Amino acid sequence: MSCAAVEPFIHIRALRKSYRKGDQHFLAISDATFDVAAGELVALVGPSGCGKTTLLKILAGLQSYDSGEARIGSVSHPFDPSRDIGMVFQQALLLKWRRILQNVLLPAEILGLPMAESRERARDLLAMVGLSGFEDKYPYELSGGMQQRAAIARALIHDPKLILMDEPFGALDALTREKMNLELLNIWKKSGKTIVFVTHGIAEAVFLGTRVVVMTAGPARMADNIKIELPEPRFLDLKTTESFGEYSRRIYHLLGLA
Amino acid sequence: MTIEPSRAADTKPTAERPRRYLSGILSHVALIAAWYLFVTYGHVPSFVMPSPVATVATLAGENYDWIGNTLVTASEIFSGYVLAVIVGVLLAIGFSWSRAAEDAVMPLLVSLNMIPKVALGPLFIVWFSYGIFPNAIIAFSISFFPILLNTARGFREVEPELLDLVRSLQSSKWQTFTKIQLPSAFPYIFSGMKIGAILAVAGAIVGEFLGSSRGLGYLMLQVQVTLDTAAMFMAVILITLIGIVLYGLVIGLERLLIVRDARIQ
Repeated sequence: MSCAAVEPFIHIRALRKSYRKGDQHFLAISDATFDVAAGELVALVGPSGCGKTTLLKILAGLQSYDSGEARIGSVSHPFDPSRDIGMVFQQALLLKWRRILQNVLLPAEILGLPMAESRERARDLLAMVGLSGFEDKYPYELSGGMQQRAAIARALIHDPKLILMDEPFGALDALTREKMNLELLNIWKKSGKTIVFVTHGIAEAVFLGTRVVVMTAGPARMADNIKIELPEPRFLDLKTTESFGEYSRRIYHLLGLA
Repeated sequence: MTIEPSRAADTKPTAERPRRYLSGILSHVALIAAWYLFVTYGHVPSFVMPSPVATVATLAGENYDWIGNTLVTASEIFSGYVLAVIVGVLLAIGFSWSRAAEDAVMPLLVSLNMIPKVALGPLFIVWFSYGIFPNAIIAFSISFFPILLNTARGFREVEPELLDLVRSLQSSKWQTFTKIQLPSAFPYIFSGMKIGAILAVAGAIVGEFLGSSRGLGYLMLQVQVTLDTAAMFMAVILITLIGIVLYGLVIGLERLLIVRDARIQ
């Protein structure tokens, strides 16, 4: 692996996390180990309950873990946990009472960034996600796909190094989802961010990821860490190729679905 | 990149609105007309049901002190209601800040809410004597709880992932409160305020029935003795108008403050 020599941006070793519910213990993550290089787009794929959202929350600093290591940042890419994380969820979660531009500005307000510059940047980001002219609309005036694009712009406003996405296109219809996949690749290329992308769509994971971390449920464990070596730039017809099918088949097997 | 068309949420033709207002006004007029026709052609005795004309004519009567009594009742309702909004919202905010406080106080409030507030009327009169104050307290006690409950629910219903989002930015408690929790709760506060507004009117009037020396409820008891049904009708209409003004103010404020999509119908 070429990136093995470089210090990884995200370093996860033997990570373990369990929950208590009454008398019972639930193992959410057992022994997850993988690295993510700066600028990678890593897809975490697996069924519900395999701990991928938990892993994302640990990366976001929203949850603790029992044992192991989870470190973000390297000498070449230092990481500030308060301002280097952008999050996108399955629901766009825009604030209904704010116009789109104000929604995108929320993280900038919380972090106390200079407002004039941030407003400029918000307009640029909205243009990048194809929402020019919608700055003064309210969220309800936008379709689901457009709301999700605004949420992506919001995740980028404070120029974080790491974007965490939890099934961001899971609530969209299939065609919009495909289109958003293409656009995400575009945004990723333009912004150079490191992205961790949680999904239970196998095709989505292979299509987007430079690497796919496969997780299984019951018991929750990490099954494999596959480097995806498909040609770039990627277009949707890639999904019909033999090598794409090969990767998908491998993941179906790992998940016990084939 | 192609832009998806905006959702058709906002495309209702504006010409439709005046028509809707018009039919609303017409139904009110129709009710008054039906009342008039029923009394006039049904030969209903006026002590059972006076005509609209006779009802309005009582406004000219000298012994009723309509303005004074209306002001008394209105101030009972408004002061009790405003107090209920302030106390209800502040308490809900307190609960949102301290789970322990909510766990301790909320069950107590639920129990206290089971007391029929009207039954406290005689006690309030013992404690506070006759006047505006005890009736405002009844209006307060009856309208406070739905405001508290709805507001508390508003604070609880904030999307947990939205809180995750701002916590990942290490927002302060104050930022989370002012930027997310409070504005999220606003529609619920108004939903509680609308229920409370109706109850506050009922509370104040019952207070006046139980014991008072002024107000529209008091006036109704006075004219009941002489079977002055027209004045009783007029009092009911004025009480209703006070309620409509209060409710209208709440709705106006809601329209002003809350984006259409976020309102709770």
